[in-house]
Amino acid sequence: MAKKTYLQALNEALDQEMERDPAVFILGEDVGQFGGCFGVTQGLFAKYGEARVKDTPITESAIVGAATGAAAAGLRPVCEIMFVDFIGVALDQLFNQAAKMRYMFGGKAKIPMVLRAPQGAGIGAAAQHSQSLEAWFMHVPGLKVAIPSTPYDAKGLLIAAIRDDNPVVFLEHKLLYGIEGEVPDQPYTVEFGKAAVVREGADVTLVATAKMVHTALDAAAQLAEMGISAEVIDPRTLLPLDTATMVSSVKKTHGLVIVHEAVKFAGAGAEIAAQVAEQAFDYLDAPIVRVAAPFTPVPFSVPLENAFIPNAADIVEAVKRMRG
Amino acid sequence: MSVSNDQMIEMLRTMTRIRQFETRVQEFFAAGKIPGFVHLYIGEEAVATGACGTLGATDYITSTHRGHGHLIAKGGDLKLMMAEIFGRRTGYCKGKGGSMHIAAVELGILGANGIVGGGGPIANGAALAAKYRGTDQVVVCFFGDGASNQGTTQEALNLASAWKLPVVFVNENNGYGISCPTCKSMAVADIADRAAAYDIPGVVVDGNDVLAVYEAVAEAVKRARAGAGPSLIECKTYRWRGHFEGDACVYRDDQELADWVKKDPLQRFENKLLADGLLDAAKVESIRQEVARELDAAVAFAEQSPLPEAAEVLEDVYA
Ligand SMILES: Cc1ncc(C[n+]2csc(CCOP(=O)(O)OP(=O)(O)O)c2C)c(N)n1
Ligand SMILES: [Mg+2]
Repeated sequence: MAKKTYLQALNEALDQEMERDPAVFILGEDVGQFGGCFGVTQGLFAKYGEARVKDTPITESAIVGAATGAAAAGLRPVCEIMFVDFIGVALDQLFNQAAKMRYMFGGKAKIPMVLRAPQGAGIGAAAQHSQSLEAWFMHVPGLKVAIPSTPYDAKGLLIAAIRDDNPVVFLEHKLLYGIEGEVPDQPYTVEFGKAAVVREGADVTLVATAKMVHTALDAAAQLAEMGISAEVIDPRTLLPLDTATMVSSVKKTHGLVIVHEAVKFAGAGAEIAAQVAEQAFDYLDAPIVRVAAPFTPVPFSVPLENAFIPNAADIVEAVKRMRG
Repeated sequence: MSVSNDQMIEMLRTMTRIRQFETRVQEFFAAGKIPGFVHLYIGEEAVATGACGTLGATDYITSTHRGHGHLIAKGGDLKLMMAEIFGRRTGYCKGKGGSMHIAAVELGILGANGIVGGGGPIANGAALAAKYRGTDQVVVCFFGDGASNQGTTQEALNLASAWKLPVVFVNENNGYGISCPTCKSMAVADIADRAAAYDIPGVVVDGNDVLAVYEAVAEAVKRARAGAGPSLIECKTYRWRGHFEGDACVYRDDQELADWVKKDPLQRFENKLLADGLLDAAKVESIRQEVARELDAAVAFAEQSPLPEAAEVLEDVYA
């Protein structure tokens, strides 16, 4: 198996699906010759041409709406929102139109579209270019939400998203684009709603998403040196959410720490905590702990941004406190 | 609209400030001293300078991601701007905003903006407040050719015209929204043509001619102050640098850039003032030197200022 970056894995998924299915096409700002702001669509314009890799004006509402309408009419659009923060401009088309059409129409429409968007802090891009907004999308019946943390999952989940008959919000962390991992050359899918146990452990469960999966793995390595064996779980999709894997882990470890980069208040961690508490309360030796960003916009200056983003020391500290 | 000699020399100074400010930012960004993104205004100085030259201290502007020039032209303090771009707690936004969000509300500068098309509706709100209170303040809304395609911008134009709000929509048509040329993002050749849809004046001006910008905006400001509503002024110009620092500009050719560099708005205005005998070469040089000293001071201030403390992340979320 070849080592590829997360970005290459995404690019390969797009390429292979476009090759397989002529209904798949891409639209977004600067996705053509420019190759996308972060380079995810690089080379696809040259290979598939203007008709299938469409540069749009700066007009997010019209982008998401065009994807929705094209999907309703039988195509499989993959639209790119350059930074997830810009979804604000297009929210109606996503949550009132794309997400609800099938239900409102009594099951008579299918909206097989993917909305890709990078999110996350860590590059000094400040409040309007750094948010992690997965919880917004999780609150909308009709959408699915994928949030890969590895190159392998990035490719498999994107192919699954493109083949899915529902609108999928596909969230990429901009600081993961450069990480490398094993990625098969052949097309494959990663099933939605199946969490990955990325490290096995016996003493505490760490559930983490996106870039925080790697931070949690760092913390797990530090905890191991202290004699604490942490299990790390990556949900991979937040909607659907695989609580069964988390519950069975908690039944084994008796402790749960949830880690995400989005603000803690009303974040994905709140839903995960609630579900685990509902299903495994009696197995918990201590209250569930969330390690997440403070309830502030993302600040610009480096020391402020560093204070905003959860780190491995925060996780280690939380585990130690939990274990008394 | 007549411009006094002093005012013209002041405009030259402002353009020089913007050029030198941006050149410093370019250098410090390349040296890794500035985090995040910076979008430079080099080549477009005449637009901000001409437009803000028509405004008074209590008038408002809304700016964009390419906002340093607008702020300087509206009277922004170079030290506080530079400190903000360097992420220092002494900066305009205490290091919370950075280049894309510098604001100086006390100067009527309602912020640079990271959201393309974010400014139009806000400009309307400030104009509504002026109208509501019965002041004669006006608002200049700067926006790009790319931003002109956003629904928010078109909605703002419509509302401003329907409510006769005192807004001057100053479009900076530099030919591109990142890699996308205007010929691909819109079917009209002139963004000003869209004014017809809102029954407001739509004017195309040479955006590299500071006096042409000044005159067109001054006329629109007069109209707005008189209660006759908004105007749309399209300034044709060009950005010399990439969209952001680090952009390799694969989407445009060197010749196009070279042609526009020949139309350098700063050089052109200098030449005009020299030809008109308003100043001599020594005076031009002394303006450059004075501005360079201001910038030395601004950079020193930024570099010597402390970074924010981590705990400050929690401050300023709510009033
Ligand atoms: C809502 C939104 N969409 C996209 C972007 C990304 N973006 C930043 S600047 C820019 C181009 C803007 O073009 P234009 O309005 O012409 O201004 P210019 O950069 O040319 O000054 C784009 C697409 C953004 N910041 N906000
Ligand atoms: Mg432009």
